[in-house]
Amino acid sequence: MNDIILKVDHLSKYFALVKALDDISFDVRRGEVHALCGENGAGKSTFIKLLTGAYEPTKGTIEFEHKVYEKMTPKLSMDLGISVIYQEFSLIPYLTVAENIFYGREIQKYGIRNIKEMNQRAEELCKEMGVDLDVKTKVCELGVAYQQIVEIMKAVSKNARFIIMDEPTAPLTINETKIFFDIIEKLREKRVTIIFISHRLEEVFELCDRVTVFCDGRYIVTKDVKDVTKQQLISYMVGRELTESYPVNIAGKGEVLLEADHLTNKRIKEISFQLRKGEILGFGGLVGAGRTEVARAIYGADRILSGRLKKNGETFCPANPRDGLKHGIGLIPEDRKRQGLILGMSVKENTVFSIYDKCTNTGVIQKSKVESLVDDYIKELKIKTPNREQIAKNLSGGNQQKIVLAKMLATNCDVLIFDEPTRGIDVGAKQEIYALMTELAKQGKGIIMISSEMPELIGMSDRILVMSHGKIVGELERTEYTQERILEFASTEKEGVEEHE
Amino acid sequence: MSKKNDVLTKMLDYGILMVLIILIIFFSVASSNFLSINTCMTILKQVSITGITSVGMCYVILTGGIDLSVGSIAGLSAVIAALVMQAGAPGVIGSLVALLVALAVGALNGFCVTKLNMPALIATLGTQTALRGLAYIVTDGLPVHSFSKTYGNFAKTSIAGIPLMVILMLLVFLVGKFILERTTFGRYVYGVGGNEEASHLSGVNVMRVKLIVYAFAGFLSGIAGLVLLSRTSSGQPSAGDGYEMDAITAVVLGGVSLSGGEGRINQVMIGVVLMGVLSTGMIMCGINDYVQKLVKGIVLILAVAFMEFSGKVRNQRMVQK
Repeated sequence: MNDIILKVDHLSKYFALVKALDDISFDVRRGEVHALCGENGAGKSTFIKLLTGAYEPTKGTIEFEHKVYEKMTPKLSMDLGISVIYQEFSLIPYLTVAENIFYGREIQKYGIRNIKEMNQRAEELCKEMGVDLDVKTKVCELGVAYQQIVEIMKAVSKNARFIIMDEPTAPLTINETKIFFDIIEKLREKRVTIIFISHRLEEVFELCDRVTVFCDGRYIVTKDVKDVTKQQLISYMVGRELTESYPVNIAGKGEVLLEADHLTNKRIKEISFQLRKGEILGFGGLVGAGRTEVARAIYGADRILSGRLKKNGETFCPANPRDGLKHGIGLIPEDRKRQGLILGMSVKENTVFSIYDKCTNTGVIQKSKVESLVDDYIKELKIKTPNREQIAKNLSGGNQQKIVLAKMLATNCDVLIFDEPTRGIDVGAKQEIYALMTELAKQGKGIIMISSEMPELIGMSDRILVMSHGKIVGELERTEYTQERILEFASTEKEGVEEHE
Repeated sequence: MSKKNDVLTKMLDYGILMVLIILIIFFSVASSNFLSINTCMTILKQVSITGITSVGMCYVILTGGIDLSVGSIAGLSAVIAALVMQAGAPGVIGSLVALLVALAVGALNGFCVTKLNMPALIATLGTQTALRGLAYIVTDGLPVHSFSKTYGNFAKTSIAGIPLMVILMLLVFLVGKFILERTTFGRYVYGVGGNEEASHLSGVNVMRVKLIVYAFAGFLSGIAGLVLLSRTSSGQPSAGDGYEMDAITAVVLGGVSLSGGEGRINQVMIGVVLMGVLSTGMIMCGINDYVQKLVKGIVLILAVAFMEFSGKVRNQRMVQK
């Protein structure tokens, strides 16, 4: 019964000086559902990539079915029956369920597919897994849960004996989650081993046999689920001490700058809060909790269906980003490469892109005006670039982020929304961004910071609002916050949210 | 990095110019009459229509779109101008009416692409077919003759040895270049093509930029149609057929990325001239029609391949720096 299928020994992965995964040793038993918990950056994804062969370990070994490997390769990993179900699916939308299951391994003769046989086999598979599904349906017509199930069936049909699921339930509704759980039970009966990664701790307790916790790339503990409580699990996950230092926001809080009153749209519900001058307001919560959507609604990138926004006591309703900017709202989006910058353009052009029309004389761009403005920002924000004509693509993440910030500052906005301000940038640049944020607060600007980095959220915010399922579920003052309390709010279940209505 | 290498980088930067120079040298050797002012003017005159439409196409492609209706708009505006003049209106009125129609049709393309969210390829393919049909309907399928006698003078007139058509092309090019490089609108054209979402989030009215770009392309197609009318002195409903392909070819030769946001209009003009040099050169060398077509296609493919290659080398050099 206690047959060990996977055993990792002193497994480590370093990127230059960063220890993404450091000296991990634990084992997984055949046929169990093994939860892997940890915050963002705990090393879960790195661990998966070592198992699938996307990365090579710096140190340590992987033992799979009693054979020791120095490293995995994608092919080896697949041959061993290791499969990963990612959140983004790798299905072809306009092919049927059966076609997707056998995609790349079609049953065929002389290059002609035997659709009948594939459908039949897919149907057998459905029956076996207890899934009620027409295998001739196109995948794009299915809900997210069933798409995921098709993904799992594809893995099973490839004889996967070891399935890693990376936050599979994040996009699912409650009913869909139940369907999904039934499938997991079927897999358990088939003695398929599952590594289950989820931020929703309730699911860990409901579904899993054992749980392993990572924190900051280190292994913390492996426990039988029945031997731990949610509180204990959270304390393992936040085991790290807050060692990084954060600049203290000494700005006095002024009058109310921005007020949201029951903002509602498709993705957010009844969002109400106030932002004062000089305040850094943190938004915490899990990925997909609706924080970015709140930012986009305030900025005018998404439509507001009901509720009111007030800026300096004046009601406004931004119809598009131009409108948001006009009312002094600035957004530094989470994905600077996709949403923040025009990568092929120069530092100069990116910086003035939002105010180009203000640097003109009867429609013609005034070069000198643009250049002196850009040079000022390069100096003020300490943007490291050989010159202002440098293409944005060639700069480091931190400097790119500063360009996006400069673009917003150039519009003279006084509410700045930072969505994941330090994602993917190095430690030094992070400190600079933090210093800039406090400096801006000191100038009397109101700052909203959305962050999934717990230490950053706690270190920088004067106040934290925690969101879950599109709603604000908790508000914490500086004296009240601990990582535990934020996590507890953030993992509020959907039913809990519904009760507030 | 040595100076010599810098020069090489610059040359690779202008890969299309090198191809053009090579072609000119080749034809100069092959045909003794080739290298003359006379030939030069013939070539420029010959490419003037393509030059005008290429400017519009360059804008459209820079935003990441495409316009297949160029030829049909040119044809329609030619027959409309001819019909209006045939009815007794002076040339100026005829031209203005035709240009207004061209502008409106271009705006319609823009409307389909932005408000109706249609793929540019499909929307302009639709207008291409429909407008050609319209040109046949309004003319009953027959060429329109016997309109203003002076209209053809435009194509025949030269100032200081330079044909008016060529001057018009240069004018369109310079205006196009000025807008693209010196005005905010021009920079938005690049921005929308480079990253539409980031442009939108930067507060740019993306839809308006696209709408104007298609309207502009339509307007220039109209001008091209009028030049053609002046040149042929008859309003043919089939006029301008295939112009869109010439324009697309020139823009691609000019190194403009079909996904948008990248490319320079100077090089597009070099692409335009290159096509003229190629066909005139082959005619002067007495190469027969069928072989000309074959060679044209091959040279185009080779030119683009060469540009890809030199672009790669150039990028590597940039990285080494």
